[in-house]
Amino acid sequence: MASGAALRIDGLSHRYGKTVALEAISFAIPQGASAALVGPDGVGKSTLLGVIAGAKRIQAGQVEVLGGDMRDRRHRRAVGPRIAYMPQGLGRNLYPTLSVVENIDFFGHLFGLAPHALAERRAQLLAATGLAPFPDRPAGKLSGGMKQKLGLCCALVHDPDLLILDEPTTGVDPLSRRQFWELIASIRADRPAMTMLVATAYMEEAEGFDHLVAIDQGRLLAAGPTRDVIAATGAAHLDAAYVALRHRDDGVTPPPLVIPPRTQHDGAPAIIAEGLTRRFGDFVAVDHASFRIERGEIFGFLGSNGSGKTTTMKMLTGLLAASEGTAELLGRPVQAQDIATRLKIGYMSQGFSLYEELTVRANLTLHARLYRIAAAEVKPRVDAALARFDLAGVADALPGKLPLGLRQRLQLAAACLHRPEILILDEPTSGVDPEARDGFWRLILELSRQEAVTIFISTHFMNEAERCDRISLMHRGRTLAVGTPAEIVAAEGVDSLEEAFIRQIARAEPESTTAAAPAPVSARTRQIPLPGFVQRPLAFARREMIELIRDPVRLAFAFLGPVFLMITFGFGISFDVDHLTYAVLDRDQSLESRTLLENFQGSRYFLEQPPLYTEADIDLRLRSGELKMALEVPPDFGRDLLAGRKPEIGVYLDGSMPFRAETIRGYVDGISLDYVETRLSSTATGVLPVSVQPRFRYNQDFKSVVAIVPGVFMLLLMLIPAMLTAVGVVREKELGSIANLYVSPAGIGEFLIGKQLPYVLLGFIAFLLLAGLAAPIFDLLPKGSITALALGALLYVAAATSFGLLVSAFVRTQVAAIFAASILCMIPTVNFSGLFYPTSTLEGTGRIFGMLFPASWFQTISLGVFDKGLGFAHFLPQLAALAGFALVFLGIARLLVRKQER
Amino acid sequence: MLRHAINIFRLGMKELASLSRDVVMMVLILYTFTMAVYDVAKGVRTEVQNAAVAIVDDDGSDFSRRLFDAIQPPYFQHPIRVARDGVEDLLNHGDVTFVLHLPPKLQADLLSGRQPEIAIEVDATAMTQAGVGTSYLQNIVVRTAREFLDDQDADSALPATVVTRALFNPNLESLRFNAVMQVLENVTILAIILVGAAVMRERERGTIEHLMVMPVTAAEIALAKIWANGLVILVAVALSLIFVVGWALGVPVSGSLPLFLGGAALYLFAATSLGILLATVANSMPQLGLLAIPIFVVMNLLSGTTTPMEAMPEWLGVAMQISPSTHFVALSQAILYRGAGIETVWPQMSWILCLGLGFLLLALLRFHAMLARQA
Repeated sequence: MASGAALRIDGLSHRYGKTVALEAISFAIPQGASAALVGPDGVGKSTLLGVIAGAKRIQAGQVEVLGGDMRDRRHRRAVGPRIAYMPQGLGRNLYPTLSVVENIDFFGHLFGLAPHALAERRAQLLAATGLAPFPDRPAGKLSGGMKQKLGLCCALVHDPDLLILDEPTTGVDPLSRRQFWELIASIRADRPAMTMLVATAYMEEAEGFDHLVAIDQGRLLAAGPTRDVIAATGAAHLDAAYVALRHRDDGVTPPPLVIPPRTQHDGAPAIIAEGLTRRFGDFVAVDHASFRIERGEIFGFLGSNGSGKTTTMKMLTGLLAASEGTAELLGRPVQAQDIATRLKIGYMSQGFSLYEELTVRANLTLHARLYRIAAAEVKPRVDAALARFDLAGVADALPGKLPLGLRQRLQLAAACLHRPEILILDEPTSGVDPEARDGFWRLILELSRQEAVTIFISTHFMNEAERCDRISLMHRGRTLAVGTPAEIVAAEGVDSLEEAFIRQIARAEPESTTAAAPAPVSARTRQIPLPGFVQRPLAFARREMIELIRDPVRLAFAFLGPVFLMITFGFGISFDVDHLTYAVLDRDQSLESRTLLENFQGSRYFLEQPPLYTEADIDLRLRSGELKMALEVPPDFGRDLLAGRKPEIGVYLDGSMPFRAETIRGYVDGISLDYVETRLSSTATGVLPVSVQPRFRYNQDFKSVVAIVPGVFMLLLMLIPAMLTAVGVVREKELGSIANLYVSPAGIGEFLIGKQLPYVLLGFIAFLLLAGLAAPIFDLLPKGSITALALGALLYVAAATSFGLLVSAFVRTQVAAIFAASILCMIPTVNFSGLFYPTSTLEGTGRIFGMLFPASWFQTISLGVFDKGLGFAHFLPQLAALAGFALVFLGIARLLVRKQER
Repeated sequence: MLRHAINIFRLGMKELASLSRDVVMMVLILYTFTMAVYDVAKGVRTEVQNAAVAIVDDDGSDFSRRLFDAIQPPYFQHPIRVARDGVEDLLNHGDVTFVLHLPPKLQADLLSGRQPEIAIEVDATAMTQAGVGTSYLQNIVVRTAREFLDDQDADSALPATVVTRALFNPNLESLRFNAVMQVLENVTILAIILVGAAVMRERERGTIEHLMVMPVTAAEIALAKIWANGLVILVAVALSLIFVVGWALGVPVSGSLPLFLGGAALYLFAATSLGILLATVANSMPQLGLLAIPIFVVMNLLSGTTTPMEAMPEWLGVAMQISPSTHFVALSQAILYRGAGIETVWPQMSWILCLGLGFLLLALLRFHAMLARQA
């Protein structure tokens, strides 16, 4: 790269609705440099990194990455394999059920590495990151630090020229953090040409980078070599320099945070935990935690992600039952159902757990009301909270659109609204910039010192831990130390809390310190064995497959559901209507009327009920649903009959279900013909002039099973595969792993096909299972071309999964995806595809609907092969139609899914 | 008690606010109760109507011509004439359901009283048409033969006439049946999925956990979801019955609409409770989707909306009593078609209520176990 700039940004602006994330940002970063991106809130920084990585669409401005314009799709595609992007959030780009090795392999396959090159690269990375001892551990079960190292492995597997990391060490314990940066340093030493851009919330980390980009409220504050930026402000270190930069315009520098001394309060401790333990299976999440927290004390819970902080807090709130040990809050043992105690506690969970679909004010109002604040008091209380927590300006905004810092303040406001005596705050400042964190702490100190609120707070920031009255160090569920920060530092004989913590962890876990020594990572080994358009879909497919296998409950539902339904329907649905209740109003009571009625009594279809006495009874008992039919024999029936006066027999049917009524009418016709025939033959005037002999084709015994089971195949092989894929794309959107698609060289089509393949296979296995069971259970064997049936099933399942993907691409939430898949599949399969009613009798839009949905086409194959014994050649149009549906649905889905975020 | 009611009300209002922001979902609900109902009602015929018939005429007599004329709409399409070797193809493709074989010397045999035999080939994979259609055809053939023989009204030769009247739906129009039944089926799917998925979404986002730390009970959370989502569906059902079924499709509704809506409200309570129960059993949204399929498919297809309960084996009929949909369908048919009053449908109403309470109780028992698994 001759120009020397790996990255050049000019006038970049980005907004979400009315919120401005970036405003006319311009800077450049030379090739081979390492640059830190610092700024107050999560939104602007992540947006900037997302745009540079090609994951987000450029709204305005120029972005040039590795010598090309990122607006140009071809350049993005070409440069994609040279960029690695690790989004914000622990393990956000990882797949939690996949193991360490499988995660790395997925990215390796996606970027087209040859097997032996991948194996070599993987071994190097695992050794360098110290993950080598845990190749088979699922990513979801790794500690925060290990997750980030694995994320880095995945980012580095294809040997990128530009490495973009979004807050990689947020939420990671200090030892792992230190190891992480050592690892980065060794990689940089090995690959000096690689450019690095890292967003971070830790100023001391940022100080170690050669370049600095500082932004605030979407505007660029400063960009340039770190040393120059600090020198320009005249500050001693970056922390102060950043604060100076932010307040350059308003000239106001916030006063440093002062911690007022704690006033002693009398009385029993607010929180007591004694040997608190929680196990999940073999895994001990919290191992005998014990502490006593005085009223008004700020008690800090320090530890990395996965160290058991959250679990302990959940046990204190009663959300989780303790496996062992006891906990007391305000002198009462913790009980899940104890509403009185809940009223005195405020809780702020780690993720954002307020309603994103309600405005800030509505969320607070809901809280106030649920916390039983008197109606007249609600509005003043909410207004006061909006003012105190500086939220008045965003009162009518939706929380989802606010920066993280504001959202956390909203959560604290909600937790404090009912003036609780205890506040339990689970990492309230995670992801919040330093200045906003100070503001947050001012509020916490005010609550503790002035209102004697007991505060139990967890954090992974050392400088926050230093502000606590006492802290507890937690690691892997165990409490390593408890005391005032000064005591803990003194006990280790070091000069900082961070150092003390690192020593404690190192002692608790000797093996992890050795992992830090990085092995050399060798030169590039890219090689493409298969064409990318084959390899990439396979990479997605393999990953999806592993995830599917790791979710045995879903697999079981996918197989047992259809089997259960086939058996129920095979035995359950029948058109052989019997046990029909009827009653007789016999106004003749003659020999002839009794002979006539005997014909009905003898029928296996009818069940006689107590007789009717009046005409009004007929209506009454039919209306109540007790009778399905009423027979009325007129007075003098016998006499009229013998005299040849053709008496009339009245039959009244319950017409509320037309199919049943028609069936009864058919039975009645049959019975009266029989009666006439016997009567005629007995009076010797002759028999019926012709005899009509029905021959039931394809189903000699006229058994419902034969007609229904092939239809059940049609129904199930549509519903299940469509449901499986319907949640596919939306779920990745909701969980965030779709970012991997945005920055990978894979196209949407490759992604969709990759997602589809495992479910096509699954659907086909379900078909084999159903066909295999239909033979012994229903004695139903395919009489015709088995090839046509199997090929038809395969194409049909492909069409069904394509339809699911189409639904998935169309909707925004998983809820809507599930509902849409259900209703849109059920209506045509049940009604318009020949399951119960032959398609030749359909009318209007129903007929068109049936033609435009794959189910009716497969129904023809299923019936044709199972019942009619037809050969392969009969089904060519149907097979072609099914293949067409699969392609068209997939094609539309391809157009609906976007390769970039807005 | 009042406290509980207020909490349930507040949480329910939150639920309504949530739902109103999911535009795609609202469009789907609209589709479900308008076009979906209209298309099914207009498209599907359960009665024998327009059935396709072919005749192989090896006689070519006046009598066979009379038979051609006797087979008429609305039950049957005008028969098509086909050669013996063309029969197979017609049946294989499903182009016709019935084929009549008129043997040589049919008319001669008929006149000489030798009782000739006419065979009807029936595509027995079309079960709904085959049985009833065959008996209709048998009747037509016998009547035509009689008319031909006596050249007068054949019924005069029969000793008695059977006059059939169908009450509540005199012409046995399946449109009247299917329109309402489609509304019921859609209610089932929507109620289970809307509420089940709403609970699952709160689980996946952690908001339900947040609620459980507040002075709110699991029962309040569940009941709030039930009333809010139930109300939306109930309004949709009422509008659908009045405007789509009543107005656009012109189906007369005979019974009391308020009584039916009362029954529907009870049913919504039961179905949404079942949705919550499913959400406590499944662990993720994809699992919930798969778990819901067999439940709503069985609840819909075996509840009496598609095949009559009398067609089911006894064990299954008994088993289906634990599905609230069976009672709801019976109740709806009684009220909406037969104009029955509360004195007739109270047993169904009590059944639905009991089942709903049972589902809700089970769901609440599982609630805390579910939260523990979540962690």
